Amino acid sequence: MVRKPAAKQSTPNVSKDELLKYYRDMLLIRRFEEKAGQLYGMGLIGGFCHLYIGQEAVVVGLEAAAKEGDKRITSYRDHGHMLACGMEARGVMAELTGRIGGYSKGKGGSMHMFSREKHFYGGHGIVAAQVPLGAGLAFADKYLGNDNVTFVYFGDGASNQGQVYETYNMAELWSLPVVFVIENNQYAMGTSMKRSTKSTTLYGRGEAFGIKGEQVDGMDVLAVRAAGEKAVAHCRAGKGPYILEVMTYRYRGHSMSDPAKYRTREEVQKMRDERDAIEHVRELLLQGQHASEDDLKAIDKEIKDIVNDSAEFAKESPEPPLEELWTDIYAQDVPQGGAEQNA
Amino acid sequence: MATEILMPALSPTMEEGTLAKWLVKEGDSVKSGDIIAEIETDKATMEFEAVDEGILGKLLIAEGTQGVKVNTPIAVLVEEGESVDAAPKAEPAPAEARAEAPAAPAQAAAPAPAPVADQSPDWPEGTPMKTMTVREALREAMEEEMSGDETVFLMGEEVGEYQGAYKISQGLLDKFGPRRVVDTPISEIGFAGIGTGAALAGLRPIVEFMTFNFAMQAIDHIINSAAKTLYMSGGQMGCPIVFRGPNGAAARVAAQHSQDYAAWYAQIPGLKVVMPYSAADAKGLLKTAIRDPNPVIFLENEILYGRSFEVPDLQDFTIPFGKAKIVRPGRDVTLVSFGIGMVHALEAAEKLAADGIEAEVIDLRTLRPLDYGTVIESVKRTNRCVTVEEGFPVASIGNHLSAHIMENAFDWLDAPVINCTGKDVPMPYAANLEKHALITAAEVVEAVRKVTYR
Repeated sequence: MVRKPAAKQSTPNVSKDELLKYYRDMLLIRRFEEKAGQLYGMGLIGGFCHLYIGQEAVVVGLEAAAKEGDKRITSYRDHGHMLACGMEARGVMAELTGRIGGYSKGKGGSMHMFSREKHFYGGHGIVAAQVPLGAGLAFADKYLGNDNVTFVYFGDGASNQGQVYETYNMAELWSLPVVFVIENNQYAMGTSMKRSTKSTTLYGRGEAFGIKGEQVDGMDVLAVRAAGEKAVAHCRAGKGPYILEVMTYRYRGHSMSDPAKYRTREEVQKMRDERDAIEHVRELLLQGQHASEDDLKAIDKEIKDIVNDSAEFAKESPEPPLEELWTDIYAQDVPQGGAEQNA
Repeated sequence: MATEILMPALSPTMEEGTLAKWLVKEGDSVKSGDIIAEIETDKATMEFEAVDEGILGKLLIAEGTQGVKVNTPIAVLVEEGESVDAAPKAEPAPAEARAEAPAAPAQAAAPAPAPVADQSPDWPEGTPMKTMTVREALREAMEEEMSGDETVFLMGEEVGEYQGAYKISQGLLDKFGPRRVVDTPISEIGFAGIGTGAALAGLRPIVEFMTFNFAMQAIDHIINSAAKTLYMSGGQMGCPIVFRGPNGAAARVAAQHSQDYAAWYAQIPGLKVVMPYSAADAKGLLKTAIRDPNPVIFLENEILYGRSFEVPDLQDFTIPFGKAKIVRPGRDVTLVSFGIGMVHALEAAEKLAADGIEAEVIDLRTLRPLDYGTVIESVKRTNRCVTVEEGFPVASIGNHLSAHIMENAFDWLDAPVINCTGKDVPMPYAANLEKHALITAAEVVEAVRKVTYR
């Protein structure tokens, strides 16, 4: 379970602008996901759709520790990661509705979106596949001799896949600049942590390979940021990978069609009432007199407008033309020199 | 403004459901995230949350109602002091509208395979030649490409200090150092994934599998991560990577180490699949593979590694993908093969010639893209065809070619196409049984006699 509320644990070393940014970014994710759930209900989004509601502080806190050029890669629960790294809500929502205006022209869907510009490498539908892929991104940066770091996000469920440990071994062996972020929301689809492992921590499994790590309160964006900064500094110093086990909670089911009978309604409600990450920042803003209720209402409105605009765009953007069936199967040009040049 | 709450689709297949229970009543205030109803889908009973804030003005569907279609208004949400009538009509049910849209069977035509067979020579006439083994040719291709492009690197088990399990990478560590010749632990899925990630980031990895039997541990990354990402990213994220290593049966290593994966990989859109026979092809095609911006499966053969062939002594010699080679011209029957199958096809052609049957032998060289044109043109001349490969018979490359020939040269055929393949059994260890499990030149000769009625 998530540790006790640690209200005083967060360092007050945060500016008003930073707090407002985290509030805005987390709220955007939540409202976006709620809208996605609504569009799913209307039949505008099909297939699998995994919402990030409840986990917003994880990705927003870690993005606060990233610099331009850093890469990120995640699983199929990916909408929040895309919004947090600056991808457009319109492009993400239009991909969910399978339209030409989506990031993958409607050919990837909820689980498969990418942005070279924002160094976002997916969106992967196979549990834990992103872990060695992410280490490969870090391998490329080390090979090219830059100081970029890769954030590899995966869940407590993925932590039981063998390829994670092959990757840990090689990442440490080769000192790859990668932060392994285990988003421990405590349920691998419907199987709770205690029904899938006798390990009491997941970050601790890195010790077998010599990888340092720690557990972080994932409902506290400032705690996540602080841990992220520490992990990133470790990687940039050439000391190899670092593991952050971020304790978080998803309010919704595993996917849209999950009735979530494996936990009680009270358990979910308790998390919402007592540990909600957005409420936490909201309180910090109000208590610190960084913002008034009216200021926050204005932000709420601003976010609602972005989300509604993205939904409108996603409904109006046309379906991909049938020719798109046959494009992007093979890259045609032979690029010279190939490697992505980051700053 | 009042808003209608619609019956939601709560699974990928749900079209209607039962409104099992209301958890709120008219007049209740609800906020985003509150559970307002239980709805039975085709799969389970789901809790349905409110998205908007407001007061429940009216419940339009009574609890217990079955067969409520998705997108039917089930309740009206109003603001304080507002009447229910203010609710605007919900937007037209998009689920149904969309269900109709793609019903029109407008077919996007697949790009037709080029019908013209390119049989231009692979190198200019008069080019000086040198004799080398397939092993040397592969090593030379990697050495040249690594010298020419800093982003090319080799990774795999025993590729560096051990100098290669089959000595294909001999000397490369000394020349390029450990940054570019990377020894990996025995972790196929792990290093295949790391290689694929490095390719997504713009490097050009050559991932060596000690044999392709071990690539089954890594096939998820080859197919799901490497082959599909360009498509899934709408063309943004290419994956220039070569997966190479020996494929197929070696000798006396039994079932788990003796399998031809040609047909497996040839099925996957997004992959290119190469299976050379000669040293010249091994070199020219591997150089092309390393330069190709797509994932390439490069299937070598342990038995062929030590065979010598003439290779053009050219500065920068490549062979394009999708160009089969007529290795031996003939007028009586077309033998189509690739990789080690060529050994049996050529031996059979030699025996048949002694009996006055002139077989045309085509080496496909690449299986994806596949040079259909050269095969069809040849069949139109000889009117008979036998395919030769080492792999299993079911869903083989030969099966696919037979279907293609039937569709495109049916009127030219004077006999059914016969597929010569390995037997439909796991590879046995016993020497005598192994020999029978593999394809032989004698079986090819027999098949040709059948199709030529001689």
